[in-house]
Amino acid sequence: MATQPTPRVRVPAQAKPGEMIEIKTLISHEMESGQRKDAAGKTVPRKIINKFTAQFNGKTVFEADWNPAISANPYQSFFYKAAESGEFTFSWKDDDGSDYVSKNKLTVA
Amino acid sequence: MKFTTSRRETLGLAAAAGLAALLAPRMSIADEPAVAAEIKKLYGDKKIESGKIKLDVPEIAENGLVVPINIDVESPMTDADYVKAVHVFADGNPLPGIVTYRFTPACGKASASTRMRLAQTQNIVCVAEMSNGNLHMAKANVKVTIGGCGG
Repeated sequence: MATQPTPRVRVPAQAKPGEMIEIKTLISHEMESGQRKDAAGKTVPRKIINKFTAQFNGKTVFEADWNPAISANPYQSFFYKAAESGEFTFSWKDDDGSDYVSKNKLTVA
Repeated sequence: MKFTTSRRETLGLAAAAGLAALLAPRMSIADEPAVAAEIKKLYGDKKIESGKIKLDVPEIAENGLVVPINIDVESPMTDADYVKAVHVFADGNPLPGIVTYRFTPACGKASASTRMRLAQTQNIVCVAEMSNGNLHMAKANVKVTIGGCGG
């Protein structure tokens, strides 16, 4: 699976001040655990997304450190208490050093 | 149709069974040595209380590759009192660590869901660290039926 991981994020476009919104994220990634062996009996090297970070207007609001026990195509949902309008930056950090980023706007009115 | 159990009764029985399963394991990590070692690495010999955590996992997972898990920690999530971190461990996996969450008061609610891999039937242990340093723990057993046909 050599395709570029594609993040998919569901954030409500609008929220009332103080409203609790649920954010759901999904990214396509094989999450190779490093425990598997290929047909030749060699261990398949580990390659997972080891960190997911959610920032709002540059401030970190939620972090998840993922281990190899997280399923392929990792799903993550969490909550955020809407206070002001702004932009979410979600980033997924791969073992190989790459970063996958998704930005979503939230309007609070 | 004398012997059919009504939907309500079935649900009641299932709930009772679930409750029994929840209450049965004593709050101790003595029988999960790998997990106990991980917790000791993080927090030493600090006292861990039960309660406050709602750990939602299926009782039986047909597919160990994708097991949904939902964690909900009771907390007002204010600047003075919030959930700092939540660690999830599985004893029967090759590596005990599953995930670590770091919450902030901006979350409004210390709740998160994801999907995990479980190698076999085992206990899931969840430890939450509050902003005042208190530790709480919850435990749940998941039966993993590889092949998906029960067993």
